[in-house]
Amino acid sequence: MSGGIIARPTTAIPEDEVQRYTFAERAYHWINAIAYTYLMLTGLAIFTPLAYWLAYVLGGPATIRYWHPWIGLIYLATIFWMHRMWKRDMQKIPEDERWSKNIRAYAENRDELMPPQGRFNAGQKQFWWVMLYCTFILLITGIIMWIPEKMPRELHWVLPITVFIHSATALITIAAFIIHVYMSVWVTPGSVKAMVEGHVSTNWARTHHRLWYEKITGRRN
Amino acid sequence: MSNGNLEIRAISGHTGGTPGGGEYRQPDGSTHAGASRDYDVCKLIDTTTCIGCKACEVACVEWNGYEFRETTFDNTYQTMPETAWNFWNLIKFNEHQRADGTIQWLMRKDQCMHCEEPGCLIACPADGAIVQYTNGIVDFNQANCIGCQYCVTGCPFNIPKFNEATKKVYKCTLCSDRVGAGLEPACIKSCPTGCLHFGSKEDMKFEAAKRVKQLHDNGHADAGIYNPGDPDERTSADGIKSTSPGSIGGTHVIYVLNDAKHPENYGGLPPAPSVPFFVKMWKGPLKWLGGIGLVAGVFGVFMHYIRFGPKEVDKVEEVKR
Repeated sequence: MSGGIIARPTTAIPEDEVQRYTFAERAYHWINAIAYTYLMLTGLAIFTPLAYWLAYVLGGPATIRYWHPWIGLIYLATIFWMHRMWKRDMQKIPEDERWSKNIRAYAENRDELMPPQGRFNAGQKQFWWVMLYCTFILLITGIIMWIPEKMPRELHWVLPITVFIHSATALITIAAFIIHVYMSVWVTPGSVKAMVEGHVSTNWARTHHRLWYEKITGRRN
Repeated sequence: MSNGNLEIRAISGHTGGTPGGGEYRQPDGSTHAGASRDYDVCKLIDTTTCIGCKACEVACVEWNGYEFRETTFDNTYQTMPETAWNFWNLIKFNEHQRADGTIQWLMRKDQCMHCEEPGCLIACPADGAIVQYTNGIVDFNQANCIGCQYCVTGCPFNIPKFNEATKKVYKCTLCSDRVGAGLEPACIKSCPTGCLHFGSKEDMKFEAAKRVKQLHDNGHADAGIYNPGDPDERTSADGIKSTSPGSIGGTHVIYVLNDAKHPENYGGLPPAPSVPFFVKMWKGPLKWLGGIGLVAGVFGVFMHYIRFGPKEVDKVEEVKR
């Protein structure tokens, strides 16, 4: 440890591993994830009487109505930063089309049929763009729902449509969220470690994100 | 408030049954468990004999214990532009010019209409924030209100009003506290011309029909009853069928109007009030499809896991280029 950068043993990337996410990427992701989870649970509580008990668990019905929009702003800010960090990695590459066509094989774990993928595979990219566009819709409708008392009476006809769109869009994000959590926690072991500790095994990188692995290591195998 | 004598028929944002009936339908199809239709209360407002004295406005504010709020003078005989969170009863004034050039001063007492199918209650997500009693009164319980104002989106009459300080919504209670104790609402008690009546819905419809006939006989051919969506079509001259989607099913505040064909002349009374389509969609199909979709989604990924399992890195074959 003499000279150069002192790498603490706890943060150093072990041998046979590569850096997957920087600290900033992990931090934004998890702040965003916590905010999203709160928004999802409080939103569901207000969406259906069957989930209204969640309102009591999370601090009380009037309290969650107060905080939901504010936490929404935290979610918005972090997804904005994530977009700045990841937008280049989220662009389409030629292999994505073949990947999407073979998505059934991917779902059935016949990964040998899948084309090599970049830092994010085509499914992750789809998830990203769904969340981003839905966030935009949720923002517009959410601001109206935050302060409907500022709405002139002549525009009140917009309110029911706004609530409907907000709920429907949120349901789309929840569907995407379920798949996202399932894929990362259960289907691809190592993903949670990547997002928590920041690094993955070279084997993991080569298997799931071949093009990205070749780019960062310069290796061909 | 002592609403002990009032039985509850419907509760907002509520999953279980309700003590006074709700979904427990009687064999004859009515939803009024144990209560006869005669106990449906109703306020009848005969706009043709209202002189716009505003005694009802004062009585309302006094009984409900609010400070008198500032008024807005706009060169008419109207106290302020619309009802407010602490001003639930407003005489709407309109100087209406008829086709022949003559002038009419139209006065209409504006307040909550206490719909049979209340859009506010349908839209409300908060358990117990809005209740409907078996006698037809729709009442807000601010202790359970979360301030989301969905009730505002559901109301076709612009009645629920938000208080920015308390973050709660307020409206006319039809004096549920007085009615529960066997008294008539404060506005009724204060009316000097007798244009306000209070009793069972049947009786009020009867009284209204009698008055309309009198008006017809006196040459007011367009006189009629405003009671939109009531199954009894003789008293809902607007032509809205009670079964039409979004129908509010009649109201527990009904009007006798000089010109029932143009209710909008009476301070913007909507000719065809209904629970907005998108409120019905979001509280109906979207809620159920969303709930089923959520459970199906979680179940689906679980089934996928036990069928295909994880992508173990060591077992995945080398990706071919």
